[in-house]
Parts: sequence; C-alpha cells; structure tokens
Amino acid sequence: MSTELTDTNSAAIAAELLTARRKAGSPAMGMVLTLIVDTDEEGSEEALGAARAASTEHPARVLGVIRGRATGTSRVDAEINIGHHAPGESILIRLTGEVTRHAESVVLPLLLPDSPVVIWWPRRAPDDPAADPLGALAQRRITDCASVPRGRQAALEQQCAVFSKGNTDLAWTRLTGWRALLAASLDEYDTKVTAAEITAERVSPSAELLRGWLTDRLRVPMQRKVSRGPGITSVQLGTRAGDITIARPDGRLAMLSSPEQPDRPVALKRRPVAELLAEELRRLDNDDIYEDTVQRLCKLDALVAKGQRP
Amino acid sequence: MNNPLRDPQDRRLPRIAGPCGLVIFGVTGDLARKKLMPAVYDLANRGLLPPGFALVGFARRDWANQDFAKIVHDAVAEHARTPFREEVWRQLSEGFRFVPGDFADDVAFDRLRQTIEDLDKERGTGGNHAFYLSIPPRFFPDVVGQLKEHSLAAHDDSWRRVVVEKPFGSDLQTARELNTVVSEVFPAESVFRIDHYLGKETVQNILAMRFANALFEPIWNTHYVDHVQITMAEDIGIGGRAGYYDAIGAARDVIQNHLLQLMALIAMEEPISFDARSLRIEKQKVLEGVRLPRRLDLHTARGQYAEGWSGGVKVPGYTAEEDIPADSRTETFAAIKLEIGSARWAGVPFYLRAGKRLGRRVTEVAVVFKRAPHLPFNETVTEALGENALVIRVQPDEGVTVRFGSKVPGTAMEIRDVSMDFAYGGSFVESSPEAYERLILDVLLGDPPLFPQHEEVELSWQILDPIIEHWAKKGSPEPYPSGTWGPASADAMLARDGRAWRRP
Repeated sequence: MSTELTDTNSAAIAAELLTARRKAGSPAMGMVLTLIVDTDEEGSEEALGAARAASTEHPARVLGVIRGRATGTSRVDAEINIGHHAPGESILIRLTGEVTRHAESVVLPLLLPDSPVVIWWPRRAPDDPAADPLGALAQRRITDCASVPRGRQAALEQQCAVFSKGNTDLAWTRLTGWRALLAASLDEYDTKVTAAEITAERVSPSAELLRGWLTDRLRVPMQRKVSRGPGITSVQLGTRAGDITIARPDGRLAMLSSPEQPDRPVALKRRPVAELLAEELRRLDNDDIYEDTVQRLCKLDALVAKGQRP
Repeated sequence: MNNPLRDPQDRRLPRIAGPCGLVIFGVTGDLARKKLMPAVYDLANRGLLPPGFALVGFARRDWANQDFAKIVHDAVAEHARTPFREEVWRQLSEGFRFVPGDFADDVAFDRLRQTIEDLDKERGTGGNHAFYLSIPPRFFPDVVGQLKEHSLAAHDDSWRRVVVEKPFGSDLQTARELNTVVSEVFPAESVFRIDHYLGKETVQNILAMRFANALFEPIWNTHYVDHVQITMAEDIGIGGRAGYYDAIGAARDVIQNHLLQLMALIAMEEPISFDARSLRIEKQKVLEGVRLPRRLDLHTARGQYAEGWSGGVKVPGYTAEEDIPADSRTETFAAIKLEIGSARWAGVPFYLRAGKRLGRRVTEVAVVFKRAPHLPFNETVTEALGENALVIRVQPDEGVTVRFGSKVPGTAMEIRDVSMDFAYGGSFVESSPEAYERLILDVLLGDPPLFPQHEEVELSWQILDPIIEHWAKKGSPEPYPSGTWGPASADAMLARDGRAWRRP
C-alpha cells in the first residue's frame, strides 16, 4: 500500500502509518529497528530498494530522507509504503527549504520506541558522522567509502580520522568473506606469519582496511600491489611453512593455495549492497575489531606522512 | 599457537569447519536428497564449509562420480534454501565422489577407504571424515562393522565421526543393542545422534527465552503454571513410509525423541553453561524425574485415523493405505500425561500428543498458567476469560504467542482473551537456516550440545516402554476421522483432569 502526503509533518506521517497498519489488520508488526537512509534524489530508489531487501532479514522502519534545495519555503513531503512483499515499513521523506537544516526534527518523532536506530549514507557521508544531527540519533552509523562519487581514498582517510564508537563502513563489511577465509586457512598452520601482500585495484578502501587489519593482527611488513581489479584480487601470507595465497581474479571464484596442500577453489563472491547491509544490521554494538583496524590505519598513515617507513 | 587472525570479539567471522569430508550412506534416500544435499550446498553458499570439502556418496547403484554429481545438482536445484550460484557449485562439485557397493561388500569398503585417502591428497581433507548413516537401523551393524574392519573408524591425528538418525531403537532393549554396536567402534564423543528438532531455531530459542529474560523464569514453576501441552500435529498421512511407520507408530516415531526433548528443554533447570555436558546433565535430570500416571488407561490415549475429509480432500483411513495390513493396530495418534518429580514441577501435568491426519500441521508448546487467585470482577464479566498462556510455536509459523485477558471496548466491563504475537520470521530472518544445516555444521565442527546422548535416549525409552506395553494389551486404537483433532478418548483424558486441549 502506498500513500503520498504533501506539505505535511511528522505527526501526520505517524498517524498515517498507524492507519495503514490498522487497515492491514495487524497493528503489531514486530519491527526490530529503525533504519534512516540519508540519500539524494538520484540514488534514493536504489538505496531504499537495498534497505527494503535487508528488511526481510531485519524488519525495520526504513526512513529515507532526501534533502532538496535549502532555499524557499520550508516543506515536508512523504511517501509511505507498507507491505509490498517486504515486512516493515518504508517512508520516503523529501525536505525543501529551511527544514533541510533541521532534518532530525522530522525524523525524531518517527523513530520506533525503545529499539535501535541505524543510519546509512549510501553515497557521500558527513565529514563526522557521529557529530551529524541525523547521525547523532543513531547508535550505529554506516558509511560507504567505496561508493562516494569522487575521492574514495580521501573519504576513507577522513572516516578513519573521525572514528567514533558505532561507526562502520561497508568497505569493511565487504571484507568479511576474505577475512573469514584467511583466518580459516591460517587455522591449519601452527606457524608464524612473516610477511603479507595484498593485490587490489589502485584505489580500494577495502584493500586499505584489509591492510590495517592484517598489520594490526600480524605485525608484519605489508606489501601493497596494484592490479586491474575487480576489488581485491589476491592476498598472500608468507609463513615459515610456505606461502598461503588466495587469488580471486574474477570477483567470484577464488583459488586457495597453501603449503603441502592441493589448490582448492572457493566461492568468494562480491556481495550486493543489500546483503552487506543485512550483515551490518545483525550486530548493533560497536565493532571493536573495526575500531582497532581504523586506528591502526591512522597510525600507519601518520608514519607515512612523516616520511618514515611503517 | 593461537591464530592471530582470530579474536573472540570478531563476531563477523563465521565458524568455518576445518578441512573435512562427509560420507553419506543411503545417498539415494529421500532424506539425503531433500535435506542433506541441500543443506551441504546451503552451508557452502553461506561460506561455512572448508575449501576442499568432500562429499562421498555410497549406495548400491552403478553410478560414476558424474552421475552422483548430477543427482546432487538436481537435489540442490529443487530443495536448497539459498539461490543456486555457479561458483559455489564449482567449489563443491570438485569434491564429489561416488562409491558403488553393498554394505556387505568388502571390495566396496576397500574402495571407500581408497577414495578417502585420495581425497586427503587431492582435496586436502586431512583425514577428517564424518560418516552419515542415512539408512535403516538394521544395517547399522554391517556398516559400522565394515568401517572398523577397513580401518575407517579411526585415524591418526584426525577425527572420524558417525552420524545416526532416529529411530534410536524401538524400545529400551533395541536402543541398548544399537548403542552397543555403534559404541564398540566409535567413542561416545564421536557419535552424533540427529534429532533434527533440536537444530530448529525456535527450539534453541526456548533456551534464550527462558534464561535470557527476567520476565518468564520467576513464573516458570508449579506456583503459576497449571499445566503444559506439547503438540506435534501433522495433516498428512503416512505417505510412502508404510513399511517404516506400521512397525513404529506415533509414540515411538515422535514422542520418544522430539516431544520428550522439547519437554526436557521446557522443564529443565538453568544449566551452568551452554556446553554439551551441562545441558545434558539438566535434560537428563528432567527425564529421570518423569513419573508415569498410575492408571495408564485413564491418562493416555491412542487413535488411528479413519477415512475422512482433510482440508477439503477426501482421504483414506490408515488401514486402507497402501501396504498397511487391514488389521493393523499401529497408532497414528498418541497422547500421554506425564509428571515431573521436582520441587519446580510438583503437581504440574505435561500433556504430550502427536498424530497424523489431524486438523493442521503444527508443532507447539503451550505453557498454561493458573487463573488469577482473586478476580475483583463479578462472574459475568470474566465469563469469556480463559487462562493465560504462553505458546511457543515451533513450526510452521515460528514464534511466540502470549494470551491474556483484556477489556472489551465499550461501556460495560467485560474481559476477554487476546493474543499478543511475536513472529520469528517477522522479527528476524525471512528464511532461517534449516535444522540440518546447523546440525551438519555442528558435526563437522565437533560441537555436540544439540545432539542427544545415549543416556537420554535410554531414559526416553524407559518412559515410553510401559505405555506401549500397556497399549499392546488393549486391542485396537480408537479410530478418529481424518482431519479432526484425534479420538474422543484424548478429550476425555483431559476432561478427567478438568482441562481441555487447546486448538492449536
């Protein structure tokens, strides 16, 4: 069911949500969280689609917020979707005029009571997500350095520099498969890792985070090589027993080579955003390992800036 | 040395099984095709199987490896929960092997050993293999003996495990015999008995609900609980399982395992921790404390479905089913009353019932509470008020329902029951992992909490054996029309206690 409200306010939107749920015959909906999607007009359809897909695993009230031009009369328009083959609710709110600078006042009354709030910036994120008025409403703030239109490396450096508990980035989520496989392959060897090497596209926030994670965990020199992608194409861990290599040239199927073992293919597919988002929503407390990783990365880069070898 | 890439804080990293393989005996069976193969694929798709994982099929078929791969492919395409992905299939399919042969055939088991040794070299399975006996129990001695004979049951520096499916015997004696056969070859910690109910998310949620909340545990005792009803109803008949079912009946088929396990989880004390040993100790205490009613004739009931209409379809009675003798006395419905001798449960009856061709397919546990000791309303106001109940729906619509009284809107005071519903699917996953995924992964990880040990199996038979012996002396079960909620004697059994079955 879809309803449009023009020149409206939060109370009217909340009332409409209640009416729609009553009409659907089920006033209790078992939603577990509120997901705010701070997006632009152009990317809104795709972003809300992904949020709704993630909603099938974690039924959520999805609040899409689009801030239009900041001049002219203040105005709030809303588009409410309930049902549509997905659990939960989806509300797209368009703001124009002065209210664009007070989006949090529109969102606050629409948060589900006594349940977690997550915010996601599908493309460009604020310079400091935790200090952003909308970001401050959420306990979990998801950025995506790999999807900013320009300056992905700079975006990552910025997010690392302003890290605050509860922040996370989809470039990190994209690494879970790699990290799981690396950890599992190292389970087999009772030996110290002496070196590591990452090969990836020239600019790849995920590769940078992987570099931070591996350095933090292994404390060994790290080589970074450039390939044509897609994404990360190979990771090699040097151990006393020999090299463990995971090579994924096509972004789908990887080959695992390890000492004294046959080469084995492993599915290691690049996942769509909806799946990444669903993984993010699975745990809503601070990701300590991500925190260690970004802090390590900041230190490494500070050393590079000073002209020292890390 | 610890793996530096692992950290208990790093909860994104899944538990991936170490290098290993799975050998399925009876790979042509329904269970293998509909549950095991799809579960293996779904695990691989979720990235939980080790690279190089091997799946070996063993059956009396003249198949090559490719034929087996085709069978797995079809089974996966039809029954897997997650979408089919080519790269996952490539990772898996290189590890498929098929060994043709009979369970008595020494050559075939030699070939199986050779296959496994080759896999260790070609796929790096490291000598770790689990043997899944998806075959009737009468073949267990053969297969287990052959595994020992051909040195497949143990291997230096690696593990060998055996997985068996219910029925774990058909009474206490056969259960013990079966256990002797298996335990002669495999040590207790290498034997995994699959009760797939225990792999279900909702069943595991019973523990979460009871022990992670302050809300329920204080009232979880004889002071507040009036009685507990555990129901496992199926709307289908016996289908193609005549040979199996007619020798077993409803009580042995599901009460002995699923329902008594559910009861143990509902009734047990808080375990010290959630490891296998602590859980087993608590479940065992419940089963050991079970008291049978003195008058089995008054407090048990059994029935057999007769011809009738089930959900708009005319269906035959049990004795008219194919391959069922016309004078069969096998029960297709069983209901029993049990009590548990503990301070917590003294005087609280547990009613267990299971049956086929009942009203609808549902498995649930209903904890029914006592009425409020004093109602400050006159009787007409609360006429329509029942007892409070907490219902854990295990399948198909997983969730929890709480029933309580509420004022009917309007001018006069009138109180009526309302239900508050939590749908598991609504609040968490759209499609939660299949029980078999969880259980196969646990076997490969060597994680035993969800598998009943043979002590529990024996205790369950000790509870059930006297009831079945009593029934055996009592002639035929009472017929009930298909598509209804069982025989009249089941209703009478509760009416005697001043209670009634819920309509689930």
